[in-house]
Amino acid sequence: MCGAKAGGPDAQAAKPGETTIQGSVTRDGEPVTGYVRLLDSQGEFTAEVPTSATGQFRFYAAEGRWTLRALVPGGTADRTVVAEKGGLAEVAIAV
Amino acid sequence: MSRSDVLVDADWVQARIDAADPKTVIVEVDEDTSAYDKNHIRTAVRIDWKTDLQDPVRRDFVDQEGFEKLLSAKGIANDDTVVLYGGNNNWFAAYAYWYFKLYGHQDVKLLDGGRKKWELDSRDLVAEVPRREATAYKAKPQDGSIRAFRDDVIAAIGSLNLVDVRSPDEFSGKLLAPAHLPQEQSQRPGHVPSARNIPWSKSANDDGTFKSDDELKSLYEAAGVDLAKDTIAYCRIGERSAHTWFVLHELLGQRNVRNYDGSWTEYGSLVGVPIELGADG
Repeated sequence: MCGAKAGGPDAQAAKPGETTIQGSVTRDGEPVTGYVRLLDSQGEFTAEVPTSATGQFRFYAAEGRWTLRALVPGGTADRTVVAEKGGLAEVAIAV
Repeated sequence: MSRSDVLVDADWVQARIDAADPKTVIVEVDEDTSAYDKNHIRTAVRIDWKTDLQDPVRRDFVDQEGFEKLLSAKGIANDDTVVLYGGNNNWFAAYAYWYFKLYGHQDVKLLDGGRKKWELDSRDLVAEVPRREATAYKAKPQDGSIRAFRDDVIAAIGSLNLVDVRSPDEFSGKLLAPAHLPQEQSQRPGHVPSARNIPWSKSANDDGTFKSDDELKSLYEAAGVDLAKDTIAYCRIGERSAHTWFVLHELLGQRNVRNYDGSWTEYGSLVGVPIELGADG
């Protein structure tokens, strides 16, 4: 189904070998709720999730270079990440 | 029909709430159906895209009688102004909008930017669930002019505009589903031959609001869509393409735009139909 749960897909739903990008969004060290957009290497939008109550997000993606864009009230921040096939990329975003 | 007839901003909605206008019904339709439980726009009722709008057994959506029962139970009358909004850039709100039009509701609008913009603007959200008296809603028979089926899509290959609104990786066949979801669904990746890939996201700004009419028109024309021709839009399960249907049919006023709600989960599992792989040429 197409439901985008806050924080991204459940960890239990993760399949072994899935290329995963996950992390958290903070402001002044505290989790902040907002949205995280996943942009491909051309800067094109690929996906978006609302962050969980603890500021976390998770995407399943193809391998390659991605940009994560956090949107929170009053601010945005971009981080780039390289995802390896079947690997887990962790990204902390401070806004 | 103009943009202001079908799209309203947050101030417009807030003014209706402040005026306690009983003939305006705000409806949240969210991809995460639990979001409403946490909080929602004051006075908003919820429609669950899955349990309320889908047939519980076969793959189809709620029929005319089911839609009447649903709207009656939600306290929505035929002459009410319905304002839809939701998360994920209004995907499911646009999907519900398309249902309201399929069943002939006269006055329905989308809140520009949906839940995301409302949240990013730090506007008021409440947990209180409103009570509305039940109505006796009467739906019209389904308007087949805005819905496409699989045979319509096959017949449109190479002749009508086919607009695939999924992400480039889904279009090329690299992914079977959006990147925030587990990989699942159709049997084969790829796209319908002759389809142009214009991701729904290109029609929206970061905050989820729609781009201007001029920007939207340029977007489709630059991608090789002949706006003089009829168009079928599709995605994976028909909700992102409802968003693009809204852009083409409601904002740009294009005639003969249909949403293929079977979309790639159906087409990509059909035996023997042509499929193309690779990026948009």
